[in-house]
Amino acid sequence: MNVIQETINWLVSPQTWSADGHDMIARSLEHLQYSAIAVAFAAVLAIPAGWFMGHTRRFSGVIVGITGAARALPTLGLVTLFGLLLGIGLVPPMIALVILAIPSILASTYSGISAIDTSVLDAARAQGFTTRQLIARVHLPLGLAMIVGGLRSAFIQVMSTAILAAYVGAGGLGRFIFLGINTQHTAMLLGASVWIMVLVIVVDVLFGTIQRFATPAGVRRLNATTSAQSSAG
Amino acid sequence: MISHRAKHPRSVFLPLASTAAAALLLTACGADSDPLEDDETTQADGDTIVIGSQAYYSNEIIAEIYAQVLEDEGFEVQRDFQIGQREVYMPELESGEIDLVPDYTGNLVQYYSDEADSGSPEEVYEQVGDALPEGLQALDFAEATDQDSYTVTSETAEEHDLTTIGDLTNLGDSVSMAANSEFETRPYGPEGAQELYGVTIELTGVEDSGGPLTVGALTDGDVQVADIYTSSPAVETENLVVLEDPEYLVLPQNVVPVADEDLDEEAVEALNEVQAQLGAQDLVELNTRSVEDEAPAADVAAEWLEQQD
Repeated sequence: MNVIQETINWLVSPQTWSADGHDMIARSLEHLQYSAIAVAFAAVLAIPAGWFMGHTRRFSGVIVGITGAARALPTLGLVTLFGLLLGIGLVPPMIALVILAIPSILASTYSGISAIDTSVLDAARAQGFTTRQLIARVHLPLGLAMIVGGLRSAFIQVMSTAILAAYVGAGGLGRFIFLGINTQHTAMLLGASVWIMVLVIVVDVLFGTIQRFATPAGVRRLNATTSAQSSAG
Repeated sequence: MISHRAKHPRSVFLPLASTAAAALLLTACGADSDPLEDDETTQADGDTIVIGSQAYYSNEIIAEIYAQVLEDEGFEVQRDFQIGQREVYMPELESGEIDLVPDYTGNLVQYYSDEADSGSPEEVYEQVGDALPEGLQALDFAEATDQDSYTVTSETAEEHDLTTIGDLTNLGDSVSMAANSEFETRPYGPEGAQELYGVTIELTGVEDSGGPLTVGALTDGDVQVADIYTSSPAVETENLVVLEDPEYLVLPQNVVPVADEDLDEEAVEALNEVQAQLGAQDLVELNTRSVEDEAPAADVAAEWLEQQD
């Protein structure tokens, strides 16, 4: 029996999914929950910061610095570091995942806001928009698709990396990756990897749909017109 | 003018690629093989004793001790340390490219016969003799071991009067324990503890093989028990208590030199002498000196040998 067949067998085995077996359903929910919490925390930090930098068009160097540096950080190293400082459990991997998620969200929010044409902003101001109105009626509608795009890529990165939660005793799907490696149970290792990929694709498709709806109808029409014009020209 | 915006800034392949990369990375980390391990061993002439070691600092210190002992006896020694796993150095030992390697009794039996019956160190040592192929011999085993253990903090041990694994029932209906997740599947894991000692273990997977995170989980009080290697410096630095295992739940892993059958008789005697001196505490101290003071293996070995005389 080859490895691929064994992997499929592992994935379809009732033992893999039942609550007294490996309980993959609970572990998957854990995994998704950790990813969602990490991205939510990162969004709370990165969206306002990205908006501020995009709106003022200042500190863009900070974006480059933060995104570059944060992406270079090895997440396993961070998990170990925070694990040693704060003890085992969910907090160390969560901090590491938030740090991982921030760059995408920060960069996309910044791009989404700073890419709004200044004439649009001037027109809004000229009509007497307050900053709050500007955010609600101009920034948010026009920047939303980009922000969702940032959340999308952050979520996907976090989902792939959240296996590290198992490294410090917090569970999730990483449990099967580590168990599979350490017991040389290749079918389990591959099965869990494949399952994480499936979940990642499902999440990506969901976000893709949200992103499409997050683009205002007017912008979609305008985009269609300009691309028609540019292809005609 | 319309602000330029890509309509689909991320392709579906990005997540796929990153997951695959993560999986690959993990597999690569998990494979214990050293890509440099098959470099050719320089063939030494007949009188030189070639000593190998695992790519494991503690094993290298023991190999260095053997080397210095043999040099003191006037033998020519060649050090081929940091070879890697048993799968690599045992064939070299069998083929005669290496003459001597420090190893551990239980693992040796498992390497040659898949299953090892746990028992006293003497019983496991007997199995080593049976398991070794023609042309190899096991010298005397030392008291020093490097094996999985049920370890607690000295405070817990005092408070609940713990000396053996069976005493863990003093802690209540079940005890929390940190270990690598595969501990769950091992014969010496929760099932074995239940069977031999009536102790119910609730496992928390911490995947650094008894390293600082596992030790931290124990000393922080996140868990009551941890699987820490008996030779770990943490046993000394964190003042931990390795619980006794009178029923031999954990397969004993006493330090034992495996050598070519034709190894010089004087060399065998000298090695057996040093083996007799290598106690459990000695190995912890050697490892502590290496890890805490970052002393090179040669210095650690030399200092220890000086103390023995």
